[in-house]
Amino acid sequence: MSAPTTGVRSPRATGAHRPRTANTLLGLLAWLCAIVFFLPIAWMALTSFHSETDAATNPPSLGAPLTLDGYREFFGVGGGASPWPALANSVTASVVSTLLVLLLALPAAYALSIRPVRKWTDVLFFFLSTKMLPIVAGLLPVYLFAKQTGLLDNVWLLVILYASMNLPIAVWMMQSFLREIPVALIEAAKVDGARLPTIMARVVAPISAPGIAATALICFIFSWNELLFARVLTGVVAETAPVFLTGFITSQGLFLAKVCAASLVISLPVLAAGFAAQDKLVQGLSLGAVK
Amino acid sequence: MSTAATTSTAPRDRRTVPAAGRPGGPSDRLRAWAARGPLLPALVFLILVTQLPFVATLVISLFKWNAYYPKERSFTWFANYQEVLSEPALRDSVLTTVLLTVTVVLVSLVLGLGLALLLDRTFAGRGIVRTMLIAPFLVVPIAAALLWKHVLYNPEYGLFNGLLHWVFGDGAAQPDWIAEMPLGAVEAALVWQWTPFMMLILLAGLQSRPADAIEAARIDGAGAWQIFRYLTLPHLRRYLELGALLGSVYVVQNFDAVYTITSGGLGTANLPYTIYQTFYQGHEYGRASAAGVLVVIGSLIIATFALRVVSSLFREESAA
Repeated sequence: MSAPTTGVRSPRATGAHRPRTANTLLGLLAWLCAIVFFLPIAWMALTSFHSETDAATNPPSLGAPLTLDGYREFFGVGGGASPWPALANSVTASVVSTLLVLLLALPAAYALSIRPVRKWTDVLFFFLSTKMLPIVAGLLPVYLFAKQTGLLDNVWLLVILYASMNLPIAVWMMQSFLREIPVALIEAAKVDGARLPTIMARVVAPISAPGIAATALICFIFSWNELLFARVLTGVVAETAPVFLTGFITSQGLFLAKVCAASLVISLPVLAAGFAAQDKLVQGLSLGAVK
Repeated sequence: MSTAATTSTAPRDRRTVPAAGRPGGPSDRLRAWAARGPLLPALVFLILVTQLPFVATLVISLFKWNAYYPKERSFTWFANYQEVLSEPALRDSVLTTVLLTVTVVLVSLVLGLGLALLLDRTFAGRGIVRTMLIAPFLVVPIAAALLWKHVLYNPEYGLFNGLLHWVFGDGAAQPDWIAEMPLGAVEAALVWQWTPFMMLILLAGLQSRPADAIEAARIDGAGAWQIFRYLTLPHLRRYLELGALLGSVYVVQNFDAVYTITSGGLGTANLPYTIYQTFYQGHEYGRASAAGVLVVIGSLIIATFALRVVSSLFREESAA
């Protein structure tokens, strides 16, 4: 952002002296790779619009008539389990846990970057190190606790767990975004008599809005994708979309169109969010270390 | 750690509250707490939800405890660890985890580097190519696993065999991919998902490369390979490390692909899957916990390396 020229500068610098044909060939190679990587997704999309019999032909049928049957089947229109409750649970678990993470991470990031507490690097490392603890290592006690307290099959338990799963990353990302706020701006607000809540709302939040959005996006994606906790801790009532999808694992391919429709629908929020914020995604996934 | 802390706080002293340096009267201590205050909710929450369960896992791992036989629960010191390390199935899953993680991270890192280099140039439709390449990373992991299992690998009407049939006609080989190369099947699906991630990070690294140094090298007569070897690669080092590190942290924990594609069969059960099975289906709480602790020890080894990488990133950032 700070140097709008970088995106243009480096390709021109590397490309200018190269023979034109080599450049064209490398461009074609890039296209070829993109097609290879994208083919499974394109094929999944096409299959989702085929009838089950057309979906299951060998060699594949490209020109078969399109139909919405796969989607109708998935949404339980012709009987069968409806995915709506699972989708609603996923929305609750992802959105609420993301909000909770932001609520906890923003003040923490402020304390770590704008007016750093002593030993702030150590604190930051502690946050990050909890991310290195594999989820499976704490799964059993959480399960036993949930069983004892009757929280099994309760979507709010997932909200708490997903928040703890994403909090370290969020703190790390946000402190690196907040670090970019000019100190002078905050000092000036203080001189004008603004107190912490006002500074947060009027100065910090507006400037770091894109960073906060990127953090929220990544927390949302990780929560939406999570399977292990959801698989073990939920049942009928609180199952999430990924758990709903596990129902397709053993289907012997008889419902290929339905599987494809289901996979696409459930991936759609993440695909849309990811495409819309590609650059932010890079910055966030590299934990703000890449600028 | 302590040297990192001192060197990196130094340039930031201008931001520190004045009280920080002076030893303290009560008002100083109050101010120090006020500075720490905003940190506490996140810290307390994290300790309660992540550290406490892990401590419980540690304790359970010292018990012989099967949920089917609750009365036989007893304290057995390290018997579970001994069992975990001596049981072939569990030992194999340790090996599988290492193999899976190393293969997936290395292959996707190399492919990601190639793609990043291809994309770090101008050509027609670059934006579309980039979007298409990112897509695999944005498919929900279990959906991706289902896609590979049913839509691509299926021996009768999967896309792979369909393409073989198409190209080579009716006599084409129609392998049963998952049965013939189970671990390879899981790895391929994961490489497909993780290559875009590596590409994204490395592309960001390439675009932050100082253009003037490259220009100067070129004027001095350096070839494309020399520029790559002596300028690009050293510059990319920390991005490669970051990609490897984050990739490892996530691939070590992979559950979705193993659970979906092979259900842990045919020698593909990694530790997360084995632990899931030991406690969720076998109800062997003690043994599952011991295996969980072993995963943590393995991760800690990665993490020590990881944190060193991160702290070096940090120092550069603070120095800048």
